Amino acid sequence: MSALPKTDSYGKRLWGLFSSFFRIGAFTFGGGYAMIPLIQKEVVENKKWITDQDILDIVAIAESTPGPIAINTATFVGYRVAGVLGSAMATFGVVLPSFLIITLISYVLNEFQSLKAVQYAFFGIRAGVLALILKAWWSMYKQCPKKILSYCIAAGALIAAAFLDINVLFVIIGCAVTGLIASLLHGKRGAAK
Amino acid sequence: MIYLKLFFTFFKIGLFTFGGGYAMLPLIQAEVANHGWLTQEQLINFVAVSESTPGPFAINISTYVGNQMGGILGGVCATLGVVMPSIIIILIVAQIFDRFKNSRIMQGCMAGLKPAVIGLIGSAMLSMVQTVFFTQGVSLSVLKTPAFYVSLALFGVMSVLALKKVHPIIIICISAVVGIAAGYGLGL
Repeated sequence: MSALPKTDSYGKRLWGLFSSFFRIGAFTFGGGYAMIPLIQKEVVENKKWITDQDILDIVAIAESTPGPIAINTATFVGYRVAGVLGSAMATFGVVLPSFLIITLISYVLNEFQSLKAVQYAFFGIRAGVLALILKAWWSMYKQCPKKILSYCIAAGALIAAAFLDINVLFVIIGCAVTGLIASLLHGKRGAAK
Repeated sequence: MIYLKLFFTFFKIGLFTFGGGYAMLPLIQAEVANHGWLTQEQLINFVAVSESTPGPFAINISTYVGNQMGGILGGVCATLGVVMPSIIIILIVAQIFDRFKNSRIMQGCMAGLKPAVIGLIGSAMLSMVQTVFFTQGVSLSVLKTPAFYVSLALFGVMSVLALKKVHPIIIICISAVVGIAAGYGLGL
């Protein structure tokens, strides 16, 4: 991987990471995927810490390692810019706005949730949230490779979790192993040809 | 000890979340709801709160649950727990970046994990359908309650708006207004 020259001093980079990711955390609504374009703009265009190609790779890795994408990306960018401490600063920065806001809100929620009007509002909101989740699900579905194996795994996971009451953790592990075995078998067959 | 419990529960959730957005939802349901930390209804309510406040869902929900169960220190423990697997794993992966990128093993696992998340979110939605539409348990008597039809109509219209890429906050606001109007208007 090609690294850009890091002209700023170490301390300046650490502070830059914290403040950049704090801003990213404070101004993205709707979570991980909404954050990616902002991170891209900030670390590639504004700060020029990372190249365009590298950020694509970093996002791809963030998607395929455990943990929320926003945190994975922040940690990775932080590490590339200023080592282990950099990854801690970036992660701390991206987490802090949420942490402060939600801490505040959880007290407000507790105060007001017994009000009739608030209960009615949430009665409506729950139907709206279901629609939002359906939409998110639909976008993920469209992005998933359209292969028979994918359909089988998705259906299997659904049935296992919804109807057979199998622990979600086991379903996840089972699906990863299934994907791995299928790809290794496929690879062998490909090599034999 | 609630703090340790919060930390390890959210550590587990972070470790087994693949992908962004709502990929965490099935795990939250399984771990948090089963601990009795949050009802299904509270979880759905909180998704709306999280959509209307900045920051990733993962951090928002862990801070919220932690706060509810153990005050500010609880919030710190839960958030630290959900973040920790990411930090550890990414620091390792960053060392072996190029090998990791082209690893057959990783690609194989992902081929299984992507559809798994789709199936699991599907399952999470099914149980949410129960909470949203069948507040008194799944039975046909729900067809006699006006609340059921309000929810169903709202869900239908909001799904169309969501698919047309209307901003989530607008959808939440409309739903809230309709909920209040229906609540008082129909005396739910």
